Amino acid sequence: MSSTSKSISPKEGSFWEVFKFKDLLYQLVSRDIKLKYRRSFLGYVWSVLNPLLIMTIMAIVFSFLFQRNLPLFALYLLAGRTVFEFVNGAVGKALYAITDNATLLKKTYVSKFMFPLSKITSTLVDFVFNLGALVIVMLVFSFVEGRCLFSFWNLGIVIPILQAYIFALGLGFFLAQLHVFFRDIGYIYNAFVTMWLYCSAIFYDIGMFYEKAEQQINAGGTPYAKYMAFIIENLNPLYIYIKQFRYFVWVPGIESVPYWSVVNVWDFVLGAIYAVLMFIVGTYFFKRSQDKFILYI
Amino acid sequence: MDNIFSVPDLDENEYIIDVNNVTVRFNKSTENINDLKEYFVKLIKHELMFQEFLALQDVNLKIKKGEAWAIIGTNGSGKSTLLKVISKILKPYKGSVKVNGTVASLIELGAGIDPKLTARENIYLNGCILGYNKKFIDSKFDEIVEFSELEDFLDSPVQNFSSGMTSRLGFSVATVVQPDILIVDEVLSVGDVLFRKKCMNKMNEMLSVGTTLLFVSHNMQQVREMCNKAIWLNHGKVLRVGDAEGICNEYETKIAAIKEEERARRAEQERLLNEQAEMIKQKRKLSATDKK
Repeated sequence: MSSTSKSISPKEGSFWEVFKFKDLLYQLVSRDIKLKYRRSFLGYVWSVLNPLLIMTIMAIVFSFLFQRNLPLFALYLLAGRTVFEFVNGAVGKALYAITDNATLLKKTYVSKFMFPLSKITSTLVDFVFNLGALVIVMLVFSFVEGRCLFSFWNLGIVIPILQAYIFALGLGFFLAQLHVFFRDIGYIYNAFVTMWLYCSAIFYDIGMFYEKAEQQINAGGTPYAKYMAFIIENLNPLYIYIKQFRYFVWVPGIESVPYWSVVNVWDFVLGAIYAVLMFIVGTYFFKRSQDKFILYI
Repeated sequence: MDNIFSVPDLDENEYIIDVNNVTVRFNKSTENINDLKEYFVKLIKHELMFQEFLALQDVNLKIKKGEAWAIIGTNGSGKSTLLKVISKILKPYKGSVKVNGTVASLIELGAGIDPKLTARENIYLNGCILGYNKKFIDSKFDEIVEFSELEDFLDSPVQNFSSGMTSRLGFSVATVVQPDILIVDEVLSVGDVLFRKKCMNKMNEMLSVGTTLLFVSHNMQQVREMCNKAIWLNHGKVLRVGDAEGICNEYETKIAAIKEEERARRAEQERLLNEQAEMIKQKRKLSATDKK
């Protein structure tokens, strides 16, 4: 007689059920990775080359555009873009995770959380591969500047990435369930991403807003730029993760300041709060509507 | 199965599948609203109605361990909905479903097969989708490969396989477990005649060890061979429950009657059409003679 395992098992339909399917998570993630990089060495080369090319173009364009230049601007740019692409790519793929696996969900019982989770996790693995571009840029700057930009301090990127991962899970779950009922969420999300990109201080320095605010005050007006900066710095979790990420890869490259002096602990607290909050909201809505998926896919 | 912590309710524990007053409801009207734009348009026009459609109504089905049940009924009678409820894919609107054991379902074999992956990778992926863990698949890997007869194609992508080969792969992965409950669809179109025989043997072997069977079919001959109990669904309601033999006979006479009715209806229609044709011919003849 086969044993019906009655160990402490998570409730059916809860997020924690994915641990029951952890081998499936591994299979799904490795499938995504394999299919992306299989049979082409260029597959990996492209994933490094692509961010490098975009970074070069942006660096050229924006260094002409802004007078006030940041030190190691290319590294600043790439650091921001890498984090942004990770969250954006992860959420963008998670969005379609349920609807793309419709046939499977109609035929077998699998924890539905699994599909957004696997997409976001495979984007995380991709992200780790993409760090190659960052290493190359840091290497180049090390030669140019004549000092080593690498240190153990760099390993701290794990902290912002973990927060960004949890945040992406929450947002991914939320949007994936919404997409089942409203198929135009994808378009709306894309428009939103464009706005998000401009609000994440990827190719500009947030300090610009404060300079502008000073001008506005001097001219006797309301310092709108300051409010804008406040919104970006406090209400945009993605910017908070980018900022943290820069603490660990870009800040140590600037010679003039010792890197721990600029680190603001509050950023880590706020970032973690946003991540946990988003995760709770996302899982709550996903769990609430998952039984209805089958009727709409 | 002596579970110390279970409530000593023997009557409950006896059933391996207990479908209790299950109603499954679909909404016919909102099923085609699937974007925000449409949603708001309909909201403004006050067209967001709820149109109820009951795919199953108060269905009761109590299955004991080791029994072999057939689910019969015409198309759209709710057979697959019932199976979906039993395999947890669909939550009932009312009522409850209790399943005490592992389920292996041989419907839509290889729903989780990714054509871009190789057969080897698909065995692992599909196995994990069915809820096996990696260690289990490792230990059964050779058995799966041997049964599927795909030894020579293990490392080529499944998209190059014929449909027969793909379903052989799906069947082999799905049947490598010894489940408590086996769900089988009539149309087991797995490969050639020989492989189908092999599948039948495998299924019978599973049944001989006391596996409970749920069999969906239109073919009464097969039902009589495989099952001892049957449930007959009609438009989401249970029409008959009981011995397979009796229900099969009844179903067959009913189907025959329906077919006979259909034939009569068609014959009548044909007769009317022929009459019409005759009349038109007459008319043409008349008009032709008039012109002369």
